[in-house]
Amino acid sequence: MSFPTPSSSRQGDAAAPATPGLSRRAALGRLLAGGCALPGLGLAAPAFSGLAAVAAPQPRQGGYLRVAAAAAAITDTLDPARQSNQTDYIRGKMFYNGLTELDAHLNPLPALAESFASDDAQEWTFRLRRGVHFHDGKPLTPADVVYSLMRHKDPAVGSKANAIAAQIDSVAADGPQAVKVRLKAPNADLPVLMGTFHFHIVADGTTDFRLANGTGPYRCQEFRPGVRSIAVRNPGYWKPGRPYVDTIECVGIVDEVARVNALLSGDIDLVSAVNPRSALRIAATPGFTFMTTQSGQYSDLVMRQDRGPGANPDFVLALKYLMDRELMMKVIAQGHAMVGNDQPIDPTHTFYAPGLPQRPYDPERARFHLRKAGMAGARLPIVASPAATYSVEIALVLQYAAARVGLELEVKRMPVDGYWSNHWMKHPLSFGNINPRASADAVFTQFYQSTSAWNATGWKNLRFDQLLVAARSELDENRRRALYADMQALVHDECGSGIPLFIASIDGLSSRVKGLSQIPLGGLMGYSFAENVWLEG
Amino acid sequence: MNALVLRLIAARIGLALVSLLLVSAVVFAITALLPGDAAEEKLGLEATAETLAALRHEMGLDRPALLRYGDWLAGMAGGDPGRSVVSGALVGQLIASRLPNSLLLAGLTAAISVPLALGLGIAAAMWRGSRFDRAVSMGAVAVVSVPEFLIATLAVLLFAVQLRWLPALAYTGPDAELAELARAYALPVFSLCCVIISQMLRMTRAAVVDQLRAPYIEMLRLKGASPLRMVLRHALPNALGPIANAVALSLSYLLGGVIIVETIFNYPGVAKLMVDGVTQRDMPLVQTCAMLFCAAYLLLVTVADVLGIVSNPKLRHR
Repeated sequence: MSFPTPSSSRQGDAAAPATPGLSRRAALGRLLAGGCALPGLGLAAPAFSGLAAVAAPQPRQGGYLRVAAAAAAITDTLDPARQSNQTDYIRGKMFYNGLTELDAHLNPLPALAESFASDDAQEWTFRLRRGVHFHDGKPLTPADVVYSLMRHKDPAVGSKANAIAAQIDSVAADGPQAVKVRLKAPNADLPVLMGTFHFHIVADGTTDFRLANGTGPYRCQEFRPGVRSIAVRNPGYWKPGRPYVDTIECVGIVDEVARVNALLSGDIDLVSAVNPRSALRIAATPGFTFMTTQSGQYSDLVMRQDRGPGANPDFVLALKYLMDRELMMKVIAQGHAMVGNDQPIDPTHTFYAPGLPQRPYDPERARFHLRKAGMAGARLPIVASPAATYSVEIALVLQYAAARVGLELEVKRMPVDGYWSNHWMKHPLSFGNINPRASADAVFTQFYQSTSAWNATGWKNLRFDQLLVAARSELDENRRRALYADMQALVHDECGSGIPLFIASIDGLSSRVKGLSQIPLGGLMGYSFAENVWLEG
Repeated sequence: MNALVLRLIAARIGLALVSLLLVSAVVFAITALLPGDAAEEKLGLEATAETLAALRHEMGLDRPALLRYGDWLAGMAGGDPGRSVVSGALVGQLIASRLPNSLLLAGLTAAISVPLALGLGIAAAMWRGSRFDRAVSMGAVAVVSVPEFLIATLAVLLFAVQLRWLPALAYTGPDAELAELARAYALPVFSLCCVIISQMLRMTRAAVVDQLRAPYIEMLRLKGASPLRMVLRHALPNALGPIANAVALSLSYLLGGVIIVETIFNYPGVAKLMVDGVTQRDMPLVQTCAMLFCAAYLLLVTVADVLGIVSNPKLRHR
């Protein structure tokens, strides 16, 4: 598997597919675009009319863009290894680059690496782009890459990617313009991982992250954790003509209402993480619009399979049939979601398996499985929390459906604070929330492999584990797709994880802001809007 | 008089130190009860056993809790509140970067609300029973009954979103001009004034009315003193004690209690810093903020008491 250097015109087009699965993905893209015209998603129409102009008009240079993300704390950091929230990721994407970057279907595209290749998925060669400089003028060298990747393995760095980096055996320079990454075991998704936020490249030896010194489209002029950052255009950026905006001021506004008010009062041009009700408000205000981004984020009903009622497969199936997914999509997410099918890979992803039949809401079948499990008339607690997006609402819909087939669910609503350490995975029935992962392998490995610490349901399936390892060393994309389809079918049929919805993120923007499109890692173009947007005069 | 005041201040300072110590112990005990520690909060779902252990070591969380409390206390006694465990920054610097913001907001609010509340309260007391008095009293009750988040949100919707006269966010950055500053602070100051004015106004009115009913006022009236002189020269000094206390209580709220206004206007003040500290289990930061709020409260209440004594002729000449 190897990737050619794209022409400079294609680098800019984040949606341009770079791999052979073109026709399928293009078809999917049309499918998604079409879906937005359905009544349930009709709300998105104003956003797309505003964005339809993306390709045609010439981007304009200059201007001052004010962005508000949803997180702000004194722990905000410019150290890629420690970044943990969307405000951090926005800054990471402004100031740094990875070896690769991800397109609209999370395929890896060349970035600081102009090409990458491997014969066995275990030893990878990344050929570095020439003429790239850090903001302080230092040229990019293999030593920077070695340092940036290996520091994740040092526990003292406190890297969020420490567990992922554990698979890296060694990173070494291969001549003056290339780096060899040797893994402990094959992983065909390494180029995808290299395009994620934590693996951004910093200069060799950097330990001071009070300001950022990266290769990214903006230089860091001011950074005050929990308050704001000011980014100024990097005139020497390696993507010709980019970025467009002169200055980007980025603040975190934690309160959603305050964030939307700041947009509508004209104090902020672009805000992330808007809820569906506010989206209506934004659409109703002249001069503003919103953009919906589907992603792999989901909240799942976690049914422990090693103890309690979930140990009975019929009980698990009963609850899966009790989920009225259409209703949840329309009422809870107001159309800003996609119906899930208990498979953890979402329809925007390149490895989504479209062949699985959609599991319907079927109270009769649920009643049948419930009786078979001997659980008819049972009374069970189900733990939900605002910490897992929409989980309280999902639990209430489920409770109503369950009551009609003779199962009494008692919804226990837990506070956000401490939910993940004290409640998630700790009860027979609870809710989890999985943020979008770029790599399908990462989703399967972290949440479904028998040995994973976050295998929330305690699911153990030997065949799944074998397929997972086989897929990692499979460089042929079609064969890998087939393996991933089998694994999604296994999770769909047998795992105690009920996935009712894939949750979209919604951004609000002033109609002056142009050039945004969707990258399904999250809102604001998977946080990489900075080098893509421009401001209309 | 001097001896009395000095003794009172000395006793108050001693009590204040004991209170601060108790508060720090209580805050420490409560933060220790919160689920999870700073390392877990920071790594979240990405935590592994090794990174957790390394981070705990870096944060000093692998040492016994009482030892950490002792260290912090010893540092605090020497004027050094230590480092934030989650960001590694000096707690002193963190607070120093936010305190001026909080003081500016509190100062502006006080400068507007205190004279307004006292003026309206005294006027209402002088013309008690009149239409003016009833309007002011009812207005005060109405305003204090509306929660501040509603006032602030409605004000933002009206003045920022609909009319676009004022910005929805209060923070201006370090190099803002005066006009910009005034525009930015207008809405948060207005919201806070609504919260604290009525308390002070009603207390002032009640205290002055109380004095105006006293026999010595009747005596003054018989002697032919003008109403204004009666109130300002004679009734007010006697009413100053309770008024000063009401003012002190309201003002102490302005430092630590304004989290809602700071959230709605995304204003980087100390209250938000402390709430951040709690969610991140940043013990030294939470402790130091609690000390700060507690000290400010004690200071204001002590000043109010001293003012009450100094201004009260009966106490002054005892």
